[in-house]
Amino acid sequence: MNKVVNDFSIIVGTKNGSGSSTANNTILRAIFKMGIPVSGKNLFPSNIQGLPTWYTIRASKDGYLGRRESNEVVIAMNPDSFMRDLESVAPGGAFFYANDIKLPINRTDIAIYPMPVKELIKNDPNVPTDFRDLVGNMVYVGILAQMIGIQTDKIQAAIEFHFKGKQKPISMNMGAVNAGFEWAKANLEKKDPYYLEPMDKTEGMIMADGNTAAAIGSIFGGAQFVAWYPITPATSLAEAMNDYFPMLRKREDSKHTYAVVQAEDELAAIGMAIGAGWSGLRSMTSTSGPGLSLMTEFVGLAYYAEVPVVIWDIQRIGPSTGLPTRTSQADLRFSTNMGHGDSDTIVLMPGDMNECFDFGWQSFDIAERLQTPVVILSDLDMGMNQWMSKPFEYPQTPMDRGKVIREEDLEELKGNWGRYLDKDGDGIPYRTLPGNKHPMSSYFTRGTGHDEHARYSEDAGVFHRNMMRLKKKFVTAKQYMPKPVIYTTPGAKVAIIAYGSTESAVIEARDLLAKENDIKADFLRVRAVPFTQEVDEFVGKYDQVFVVEMNRDGHLHQLLSWEYPQHVMKMKSVAFGDGMPASAKWIREGILEQYKEPAKKKAAKGGRKGAK
Amino acid sequence: MSALPMAGAPANTNLAGLTKNDYRGNPTTLCQGCGHNSISNQIVAAMYEMNVVPENVIKFSGIGCSSKSPTYFMNRSFGFNSLHGRMPSIATGALFGDHRLKGIGVSGDGDTASIGMGQFKHIMRRNVNMVYIVENNGVYGLTKGQFSATAEKGLELKKQGVNPYLPVDICMEALISNATFIARSFAGNPKQVKELLKAAFSHNGIAVLDIISPCVTFNNHHTAYHSYTYGKEHETPLHDITYIPPRNEIILERELEEGEVREVAMHDGSTIVIKNLEKEHDPTNRAEAMRILDEARINNWLVTGLIYVNTEKPSLVETCDLVDTPLNRLTDADLRPVPEMIDKVNALMF
Repeated sequence: MNKVVNDFSIIVGTKNGSGSSTANNTILRAIFKMGIPVSGKNLFPSNIQGLPTWYTIRASKDGYLGRRESNEVVIAMNPDSFMRDLESVAPGGAFFYANDIKLPINRTDIAIYPMPVKELIKNDPNVPTDFRDLVGNMVYVGILAQMIGIQTDKIQAAIEFHFKGKQKPISMNMGAVNAGFEWAKANLEKKDPYYLEPMDKTEGMIMADGNTAAAIGSIFGGAQFVAWYPITPATSLAEAMNDYFPMLRKREDSKHTYAVVQAEDELAAIGMAIGAGWSGLRSMTSTSGPGLSLMTEFVGLAYYAEVPVVIWDIQRIGPSTGLPTRTSQADLRFSTNMGHGDSDTIVLMPGDMNECFDFGWQSFDIAERLQTPVVILSDLDMGMNQWMSKPFEYPQTPMDRGKVIREEDLEELKGNWGRYLDKDGDGIPYRTLPGNKHPMSSYFTRGTGHDEHARYSEDAGVFHRNMMRLKKKFVTAKQYMPKPVIYTTPGAKVAIIAYGSTESAVIEARDLLAKENDIKADFLRVRAVPFTQEVDEFVGKYDQVFVVEMNRDGHLHQLLSWEYPQHVMKMKSVAFGDGMPASAKWIREGILEQYKEPAKKKAAKGGRKGAK
Repeated sequence: MSALPMAGAPANTNLAGLTKNDYRGNPTTLCQGCGHNSISNQIVAAMYEMNVVPENVIKFSGIGCSSKSPTYFMNRSFGFNSLHGRMPSIATGALFGDHRLKGIGVSGDGDTASIGMGQFKHIMRRNVNMVYIVENNGVYGLTKGQFSATAEKGLELKKQGVNPYLPVDICMEALISNATFIARSFAGNPKQVKELLKAAFSHNGIAVLDIISPCVTFNNHHTAYHSYTYGKEHETPLHDITYIPPRNEIILERELEEGEVREVAMHDGSTIVIKNLEKEHDPTNRAEAMRILDEARINNWLVTGLIYVNTEKPSLVETCDLVDTPLNRLTDADLRPVPEMIDKVNALMF
């Protein structure tokens, strides 16, 4: 049997609320510490306790972090999903199961390993009765470690990290790991080909989830006000802000330079955030689809009244309540024009942990520079799963607080200013902030028609002029948008455009297309709407452009088609949404389905002649 | 600003060096005789008499006739006319910008008691530092005369017929939601409106003023609860109320005899002096406040005056323990962690 090293997936099937996440994170982190590129994805139900949940771990020597559709190593801890888990094992794979599950095993093409989890934990005198189920999960960690080769010192490191150095739980959990490890060593014979061996490919990397990265990035951006309402999968973003604010913004007088308010709903959360943004604070909220829908009217007001605010949308799959615990990229179309009437929204699209961090601070610069709402589209896969990543980098540019005029400026202007005057010709007006003591500082903000001096106006010309200035502002906006990330390869005639969390799966699909199908493709990952000049130029260069995204309707494809009608015929939508993170498999198949073999020039000519 | 670029001190300036004109707004566009205009005038008078610097006030409103009125007073104050029923959330966020500022919000019964009910109740429990005025006329004016949620059962309106529903009581809702200052008044009693405005403005936290403010165009039939005639005939003031600014105790001792008055010491050093009329009412007693509102409801009295006050609760910004410098004047150095912190953060990741 040929060994398969560092290139397979592990899936653990457990019951939700059984405490298995500690065990699964331990496996993930231990593999990461072994230097092997690894990704973990939690496929969990919208439930607190009882329903089946799965955790997939992919080890990939080539560094592919996207979802893989086959599972080579399966661990079944949940009788309710046992049969399904058994079926899911790839031929030749390994099936570990808790041996208190007494169900028939009808497969002979895989290696079967029963695990006496309950027995082993019962015999451990250090584990109190009510901890048995929780700690019991560590038994399968130990058995798996022995069977596929996870180093126990790395497991120890992961457990120490998880329990923040607290000795009692560390030794209790390590005890269970060791019990599993020793039992497997004495009782199980290796019958499958899957092995992990140390590498050096995670050197200098960190592991983080996107919501934490976003929260910390926002704090480095000088976040001052957060209003939020709990919603999966965005909750952990605001909670991370609560966790990190005290440390990162600690002062000698122990006073706060920020406030976090849990609002009564998303209507109030966005209202508070807009109020704070209006009064000059770096203000934000975080939510997901249903919350974003509720925020729409207020975002329209902020667009029209020109109030900076940052909105994190950790996308989950809709419409409506949809699947609250499944990922998606289907809020793009909606978020680019939030509100009734003519309106535009700046949309940023991070694609990895570093960008979640970077857009955390950059979004405030953009919102304040442009005085407009900025929506950041993350998703559940990035937001809630652990990803290996380069370390976060300190912001490279100082904070841009935009066009704010203070008392001394007004004194100089002799009070001669207008809130909505396009003084610089870039569509961006100047603003004053409440608390300004100059008697000419104030203005009245409204969602009704207003003139250059913020006075109520129903004049047709005034209204139109203001709307055209707002449009101009969004042209100006392009220069402040993050540029796309472009991967090129010599001789590429076709291209892929995607955004967000699908990057790793796209890169893998692109490698497969080159290797298996001899199709060379360049790849552009869009990072903002409005599109920048780099996107304009890229789209024009290729014969075929495949727009890959995790939704039904091909939102990015639609936006690109709108923006570049001259290129519509060559843009093809590869869109798929079922709540699961993108896989290289469906991306590749989707592209192949629509790929047109470029006709060889001579042959093509001859062909046409022949047809005549 | 110490030196205001104004012409030399004119006559009739207050202690802030301002004339009444400095507190005025644009000419009203509401109907002639609208109760709301009378309230705007009393806001101008109260702020002038209290020597308030207009730049220290932010005006807020939602949507509706009442919500238009912040443009009709205090032009020198910042203002935010927000969305229907969502003045509370805008105000909550905006007042974090500079904790020294005080909010004056004007809403109506349509804005507060329907779509705004949720946000209304939550701004009460958070004790946001602002005066929350409900200009209550029982009817939707801008859309021409539909029932509002405060309209009394049996009210008959031209196009709408007879109102089949029981009304929402703004003061009762505020009380249940743990508001810390609750008063009811009547636009036809400007003296009381003004004194209550002053008391409300000096309160640290949320101060609700439910002011019956007749709609002369759509709901002013003499039998309607929210009409001028009904108010004039049925208003039952609980007490005479006088606002005594800080450092004026001497006047207090001389003019009012002990025993028949009740004094409420406000956060800013001012005092509210309450002289009971026919009814004995202790506004610091929550159960008593509840009882008087219910009694008024049962008997159809238009009870006015200070219903409830609690000066002990901290306001929202106080509970957040903010730095002394207003948040909107903090610099990059206050807001962006130092470069070394990035290593610390990375070390905290696995």
